[in-house]
Amino acid sequence: MTAETIIQSLASGLLMGLLYGLIAAGLALIFGLMDVVNFAHGEFLMIAMYATFFLFAFFAIDPLLAAPLVAAALFVFGAVVYLLVVRFAMRAKANAGMVQIFSTFGLAIVMRGLAQFFFTPDYRSVTNSWLGGKTVSIAGIYLPEPQLIGAMLSIAAFVALYFFINRTDFGRALEATREDAGAVALVGIDKNRVFALGWGLGAALVGLAGAIMAIFFYIYPDVGASFALIAYVTVALGGFGSVFGAFAGGIIVGLVEATTALILPPSLKSVGIYAVYLLVVFIRPRGLFGSM
Amino acid sequence: MDTHFAQRRRRDLIVAACLAVIAALVPLFVKDVYVQNIMVLTLMYAALSQSWNILSGYCGQISLGHALYFGLGAYTTALLFTKFGVLPWFGMLAGGAISAVIAMALGYPCFRLRGHYFVIATIVIAEIALVLIQNWDWAGAALGIDIPVRGDSWLKFQFTRSKLPYFYFALALACIAWFVTWWLEDSKWGYWWRAVKDNPDAAESLGVVVFNSKMGAAAVSAFLVAVGGSFYAQFVSYIDPESVMGFQFSLLMALPAVLGGIGTLWGPVLGAVILIPLTELTRSFIGGSGRGVDLIVYGALIVAISLALPRGLVSVFSMLTGRKEAAR
Repeated sequence: MTAETIIQSLASGLLMGLLYGLIAAGLALIFGLMDVVNFAHGEFLMIAMYATFFLFAFFAIDPLLAAPLVAAALFVFGAVVYLLVVRFAMRAKANAGMVQIFSTFGLAIVMRGLAQFFFTPDYRSVTNSWLGGKTVSIAGIYLPEPQLIGAMLSIAAFVALYFFINRTDFGRALEATREDAGAVALVGIDKNRVFALGWGLGAALVGLAGAIMAIFFYIYPDVGASFALIAYVTVALGGFGSVFGAFAGGIIVGLVEATTALILPPSLKSVGIYAVYLLVVFIRPRGLFGSM
Repeated sequence: MDTHFAQRRRRDLIVAACLAVIAALVPLFVKDVYVQNIMVLTLMYAALSQSWNILSGYCGQISLGHALYFGLGAYTTALLFTKFGVLPWFGMLAGGAISAVIAMALGYPCFRLRGHYFVIATIVIAEIALVLIQNWDWAGAALGIDIPVRGDSWLKFQFTRSKLPYFYFALALACIAWFVTWWLEDSKWGYWWRAVKDNPDAAESLGVVVFNSKMGAAAVSAFLVAVGGSFYAQFVSYIDPESVMGFQFSLLMALPAVLGGIGTLWGPVLGAVILIPLTELTRSFIGGSGRGVDLIVYGALIVAISLALPRGLVSVFSMLTGRKEAAR
């Protein structure tokens, strides 16, 4: 193992990690806003990947151009899911935690079933997109272009999210609702509207990630499951309640995954991520930047 | 109040005994193998969910990684039998004991975690175990273990001609899991667990050793689930890592209790009796097309029940009996 291979795989790990961060950002945002873990998050990603695929297959829209469209579509989808399902789950008078877990989990199963029904279980892929299969060489290190663009998009998204949360009225409303959902009603903020927009925003972020993922990953009804667990670990590692913890968590997960792949056989690569999660929470039960 | 509770417990025991006798008589009238198969699975899930309910329902430590203990039970029994010729009965006890010890060893660091951090830790630990077994060549790696048929007897716990012995064992297991829950409900452990679930800090200040309570619940829960896993290995006579230790399985085990009524005595039984036949029937009648309609129905059902009845299906029963008592 030369220094070059180590740097090479750490660099790809970093890019992948930034993408994991982008996938997890929506989950972290929704959790931070209302203490709900969306167990259908992986299926949101799956829908976004299919949307990108069909825009490419039917209208020849490249995934890069499709990304904003997919994000917008997912925004609407996320808000609708909140209004139709999650809103009622939050009203549960007993076992609120279980109701949230299993209503969103049931939704995930429905979405997988619908994907199988309409799109068949076949594996699909976006072929001959602008970035697909291309690499750039920077100082002797080869970086795959889709991941590179995805990583830059992730950084841009987190920067935008930072300004959005801290500098806009809606961002402040989001923070205020998070602090005390009862009190904001007194100053005329509609809690349901804020939550619906929060779900929309969270879904839009995963939509962005899905558009990029579609360039270099196979698309099939169960594709979300493998990334959902990574997203949960990413958010928990960073600490629930901290959106930027998800950014740090993503980078750590990406680097650990790359390092594990260097040391252990590829079939064991996910063990590294899980072990690091356990190690972190055993030492710090609130994750790295968790607030509560 | 106390006498009311004692009355209710006596009534529960009588109802359970009657139900068990009725269930035991059903195979005399139902000879169809397909239906018998569904009955075996229903009883098995009732037992598993009842056991899961002890840790997650009564004690409030939501585990979505119980597939680990199910898999440990299945693998211990299968490996001891195929590699060393140890009878499944011993494998069953060994698997249960190993699982209980591992549950406590894992509980030691994990029970410091709260809420979602705990839930994700249970998922992640089961995933690690799954990946390790998938890479363990001696245990058949990803291909799993084919359990050879070496007879048709209770001694070897293998039956090739009839499903009935499996049915009666599953019934016994469901009864044992129910009875253990019934018995613990009114023991000091049962009170501790409910206190830990409602408010661990208040419980601690009142002298409940929260940590030990959780450890006890984890050990009992893991032991019973592992016995279920041993049974499953013998019943299907072929196991592979994904089918006994996959994440889906952890959720399937939790579902009957959640939909029936989490943290209640009858919830898991009621949930299993309704959910498992429904799952199997939708799978065979509309799932055959392979187009996911069964998943859509199944998922929609989960969403609907969890939203409409957050206390589970048992709340419908208690509502009905409550009204009856008020009318009197």
